[in-house]
Amino acid sequence: MPAPSRLAGLLRDGRFVVTAELTSTNSADPEATWRLAEVLRGSVDAVNCTDNTGAHVHMSSLAAAHLLVEKGIEPIMQLTVRDRNRLALQADLLGAAALGIRNIVLMSGDDVTAGDHPEARRIYDIDSMQLIEVAAGMRDRGVYLSGRKLEQAPSFFIGAVENPFAPPLEFRPLRLQKKVRAGADFIQTQLVFDVPLFARFMSMVGDLGLRDKVFIIPSIGIPRSARGARFMRDKVPGLHVPDAIVDRLEKTPPARQSQEGIQIAVELVKAVREIPGVAGVHLIGIKWEEGVVQVAEAAGLLPRPTMSPLATVGGSR
Amino acid sequence: MRVIERLVVAVEKPLKEAVWDCRMCGQCILHSTGLSCPMRCPKNLRNGPCGGVRANGNCEVYPDKRCVWVEAWEGSRRLPVFRDHIEHLQKPVDWQLQGTSSWINLVSARDGVAPKGWEAHAGS
Repeated sequence: MPAPSRLAGLLRDGRFVVTAELTSTNSADPEATWRLAEVLRGSVDAVNCTDNTGAHVHMSSLAAAHLLVEKGIEPIMQLTVRDRNRLALQADLLGAAALGIRNIVLMSGDDVTAGDHPEARRIYDIDSMQLIEVAAGMRDRGVYLSGRKLEQAPSFFIGAVENPFAPPLEFRPLRLQKKVRAGADFIQTQLVFDVPLFARFMSMVGDLGLRDKVFIIPSIGIPRSARGARFMRDKVPGLHVPDAIVDRLEKTPPARQSQEGIQIAVELVKAVREIPGVAGVHLIGIKWEEGVVQVAEAAGLLPRPTMSPLATVGGSR
Repeated sequence: MRVIERLVVAVEKPLKEAVWDCRMCGQCILHSTGLSCPMRCPKNLRNGPCGGVRANGNCEVYPDKRCVWVEAWEGSRRLPVFRDHIEHLQKPVDWQLQGTSSWINLVSARDGVAPKGWEAHAGS
């Protein structure tokens, strides 16, 4: 069976992949998205397009991902169950497939109260686990959740997320197993700052026999300042930032903090790479695409393999 | 039938609301969730906690409340039976059953009806 995407092909070949998050734009001009994406070109294998990240409105991930397809940069489309019911989710998944988007990451999403429309109605018609199963049903059995047949099944590389650091810690690996059973091919984790805790999670994942069944890609954040690191530690639910990271940045003169942030990220990349079962890294420079490129360079992740992109529009798997 | 249903709901609703803060989804899975009602989760998650659970085990949305799924996990460890059911993949909620009796829906097997495109997994 041919790989549904370049990312899938690299992972199945056992290559250590690099993905990165693209800052979502608030511009009707596609150039705004393309400018940011061009910074990442050549430094990463695929680029995440976020879906109203932090529950703040931005351009839709579907549109952003398609803009990347147009420029030959492979997207990973994030899709949350927060803003859409099961009809809209399936419609967007099928539309994404028709627009050449193959990598998808399905998740619950930050709650609306975290964002700029806290008064909004949250949807959560189905949960992220169920959406994975729905996407797998569309792909593998060619049916909508209702059972109605698709004329042409989409070919997806299905991703999901997991937070190894949020309670209940003992349940997290089992929840990951559930996602794999539902149909997840790869996992992007919450930001890893606490390597020993992440290693413990990966060891429990290994005990469940999941290392051969799913590609696990930890996220590495690139702190740009002590203030940014403090904000992540104190204000972002689900993020676990050890005090040692914040202290290290605070002891660095402000003018050098961004370079220290790069150094921290590089050390984290090298540390997680040693952990069995880690298939790649997902770099997140918060509104800082140049930081991603610097980390990729300094961590010895460049050059990226020049496997030609697969045909991106139309066709079955 | 309507009368019987109303009578059963008249008993079931106050009882389950008092004991489990039940939301009357009509498709009860309490035994799979350590007797912690998943419909109390602001995201209505039926398959486990979201990634926003706070370090102290409290809810992302309501910082003063304990996460429904932290309670579910702990509750499931205490159950003498059904403790592995927390690993089962739960089918999507049938919102048409909201407010109806889960007891009647259990007896009539109505609560076991999944969407036709939902694949039954082993153990779910």
